[in-house]
Amino acid sequence: MTTARQAGLVACRACARVWPMGHETCDRCGSRLRSREGKSLQRVMAWWVVGMICYIPANLYPMLVTETLVASSRSTIVGGAIEIAHHGEVLIAAIVLIASVLIPVGKFAAIAYLAITVSRGSRNTPLRRQHIYEIVEFIGRWSMIDVFVVAILSALVQLSVVASIHPGPAALTFALSVIFTMLSAKSFDTRLIWDTPTEQGPVHP
Amino acid sequence: MTQTIGPDDLAQLIACPNCDELYQARLPDEGERAVCHRCHTVLIQTRETAGRRVLALSIAVMILVIAAAFFPFLEISAAGIGNRVSLLDVATSFRSGTLVLVSVASVMLIVLVPLIRTVLLIYVIGPIELHRPPARYAKRAFHLAQELKPWAMTEVFSIGCAVALVKVSDLARLHFGPAFWMFAALSIFVLINDRYLCTWSIWNAIEDTQ
Repeated sequence: MTTARQAGLVACRACARVWPMGHETCDRCGSRLRSREGKSLQRVMAWWVVGMICYIPANLYPMLVTETLVASSRSTIVGGAIEIAHHGEVLIAAIVLIASVLIPVGKFAAIAYLAITVSRGSRNTPLRRQHIYEIVEFIGRWSMIDVFVVAILSALVQLSVVASIHPGPAALTFALSVIFTMLSAKSFDTRLIWDTPTEQGPVHP
Repeated sequence: MTQTIGPDDLAQLIACPNCDELYQARLPDEGERAVCHRCHTVLIQTRETAGRRVLALSIAVMILVIAAAFFPFLEISAAGIGNRVSLLDVATSFRSGTLVLVSVASVMLIVLVPLIRTVLLIYVIGPIELHRPPARYAKRAFHLAQELKPWAMTEVFSIGCAVALVKVSDLARLHFGPAFWMFAALSIFVLINDRYLCTWSIWNAIEDTQ
């Protein structure tokens, strides 16, 4: 078992072709070649922090403002899910809670864990950490459900005075938070998970 | 293999993009997949008919996305007043200042990105399947198509429709419009499409015919 780096080669992450170390762009597909993304972890943590900053107001401010003949109500992400549960639609409430609370929080934790264990090492096998990464990458987009619901409802429910729905400020910050965490996960170079500590010398370009 | 820079045998190697493990590239048997031993990433999957299927599905997806953007996906009625919206209405329904971004971003992720991605795939795979030289800028087009993959969110939108339906059930009666069913079909097509798409084979085809 050898890696491309141990063989003195650099692999293209887009098309899997290998080139001699020092080659700068892949002649097959034109991507930039890097044996390891040197600034990968810095980029991961930068997006992570911005995502986290956006996630806080997303939970404090209303996501949805509903105006009816008799009342006007504002609901936050969690508040909205609880309302749905009160209507007896427990399954839908669970979907909303999982998509907008469990997944984002889990993602923040998982990305931080992966970034920290690259430098500290971990008791978990690289294979398990690779799986964690794949789950994070697959699941991140599902957090957008609530944003889409807000966009749909505010376009649909415009029944003059009877009822109307507007997006609250949280809709924007939540969408940004999801986008930033997706970028954070994308910046992570999974090859770092597989490098044994001895291999992590100076990072070649 | 045609002219390549460096020794010819480099072209025979393949490195796992996720863990850097090096292998001799060997085409797996028909219908089988070559999987990285270390991290279980699928490296190569060959199916005689894969290219044609991806092409056919991409064309279907393209037509469905365009149609689904114009038809209403949800209809509402309450106290004698009704409303029906298509995604085009969502895009143009900006009333509230900065939150324009929310509706514009939603429509981009639901319609525009999937549409661009399928057009790019057709553009790249079409000539290869017809045994013609690859289209101009095929490399860039395929790169972009791969980059856009996580940002195409049709299936997330389908679930969003179902949630929206329940969320306002006490305000008004909601019904699914034709575009909702198109999106449901689309989501399945996109899923199958991505399963058939073998990145390595396409890059290889682009390289071979250059």
